[in-house]
Amino acid sequence: MNHKEEELKLLKDEIIQMWKLVISQLEKAKIAFLTNDVELALEIAQTEKRVNSMELKVERNCENYIALYNPVAIDLRLVLSIMKISISLERIGDYAEGIAHHIIDRDCNNIDNELIEELEIEKMFGVLLNMITNALVIFDLEETKSSRKILKKDKEVNRIYKMAFERLESYVLKNPKDALCGLKLILLIRKLERFGDHSGNIVEEIVFFLDAKVLKHKGKLE
Amino acid sequence: MIEAKNIDFYYGNFQALKNISMKIEPKTVTAFIGPSGCGKSTFLRIFNRMNDLIKDTQMEGECLINGQNIYDKSINIDNLRKDVGMVFQKPNPFPKSIFENVAYGLRVNNMGDKSFIGQRVEESLKDAALWDEVKDKLNKSAYELSGGQQQRLCIARALAVKPSIILMDEPASALDPISTSKIEELIHNLKNQYTIVIVTHNMQQAARVSDNTGFFMLGELIEYSNTKKMFLNPEKETTQNYITGRFG
Ligand SMILES: Nc1ncnc2c1ncn2[C@@H]1O[C@H](COP(=O)(O)OP(=O)(O)OP(=O)(O)O)[C@@H](O)[C@H]1O
Ligand SMILES: [Mg+2]
Repeated sequence: MNHKEEELKLLKDEIIQMWKLVISQLEKAKIAFLTNDVELALEIAQTEKRVNSMELKVERNCENYIALYNPVAIDLRLVLSIMKISISLERIGDYAEGIAHHIIDRDCNNIDNELIEELEIEKMFGVLLNMITNALVIFDLEETKSSRKILKKDKEVNRIYKMAFERLESYVLKNPKDALCGLKLILLIRKLERFGDHSGNIVEEIVFFLDAKVLKHKGKLE
Repeated sequence: MIEAKNIDFYYGNFQALKNISMKIEPKTVTAFIGPSGCGKSTFLRIFNRMNDLIKDTQMEGECLINGQNIYDKSINIDNLRKDVGMVFQKPNPFPKSIFENVAYGLRVNNMGDKSFIGQRVEESLKDAALWDEVKDKLNKSAYELSGGQQQRLCIARALAVKPSIILMDEPASALDPISTSKIEELIHNLKNQYTIVIVTHNMQQAARVSDNTGFFMLGELIEYSNTKKMFLNPEKETTQNYITGRFG
């Protein structure tokens, strides 16, 4: 490996570290939400600062790499995709923090357990964690064969989102005294839905980096 | 339009070009890149028959310029070289005044009278972005100019006879960044009027100045495509390894 490649590998290692941190934030958010664990939620909020500073560092290092090494072809695509992936990861980190505050605020923790189960939030978390983790795997291995499969998972997220939204809508109408909590839950599932979109964007960036194919906005054209 | 068809070229027994075909559209800039010794200069010299001057060489295939095979017996080589100008890596002004350097091609070709020549010299120096720097010392020796200025003088000399094609073999490799960017700017501006083919070892230069890029290796044309595509998403692994510096 020459000097240039070593620097590029450092960039890649850095984004992988950030990626792993964001995954662990989400795993914690899932547990904190399902068990109403305020302390764990506080830990998530605390760690969010690290995610943000990692994003800044990744971005700065990408800028430096472009300025110093004038990357082209696959190297250029890698740096560009790392920059975009870091933005998506930072956003996902924000959602994890948002979920943490939902728990920390303690104004929505007496809601009926049955409702939570009906909303399939645990399943939603599971699908999303699966997406973001598999995206990391294909990025690390530089193998895009399963990218379509990962992208398809977003459909399941959207299905749950739609179903849960409708369920909450009728719940709020029937239980006006729990309206605030109902709305907060809508915000929460909305965050999870957005998280799915960002995971999809990340997979598209990986495909751009490795295959130079642009998947973005294709669905709309087809 | 330049059209090379299945060109093979030999120095003695050594085959320097292997079955190269390429089309070059008028008024575009085409860059040739590739490792040292891969045949870039040899291929460039095919276009104005400069290789004819080298002993013990042999060429096969055809090279058409505007539909005419330039290796045809009926071709007048002086006219060909007037139409296909060349600028070399090291600036090579003649030991004459700045003015006479640019006027040289016009005089040997008996092109026009005194006032015509004066006008054409001024025009060419302006096109070569050198006029402002030399207009007050046209009778000084060309050797008093800096390297970058000498190179632009050689470009003006090539422009004076109004060629339609200009070949440049590493025209900026001996120049500092400011002179280099002047030459690049110049290439960019000349593109409206001329077809330019440039050999360069500077990857970024190829990316900056050219519309299309040909990548050569060991006498073969490995990949020839739009420059943006070449530098974002080359077709061949070999090209990628070369332009990203992963060779050797
Ligand atoms: N006059 C010559 N006699 C014999 N062999 C030659 C001659 N000129 C070039 N060659 C050989 O032909 C091959 C191609 O040379 P050429 O000068 O075209 O390469 P190039 O790509 O321009 O290299 P560079 O980037 O170093 O200028 C080389 O292997 C070279 O040694
Ligand atoms: Mg050469």
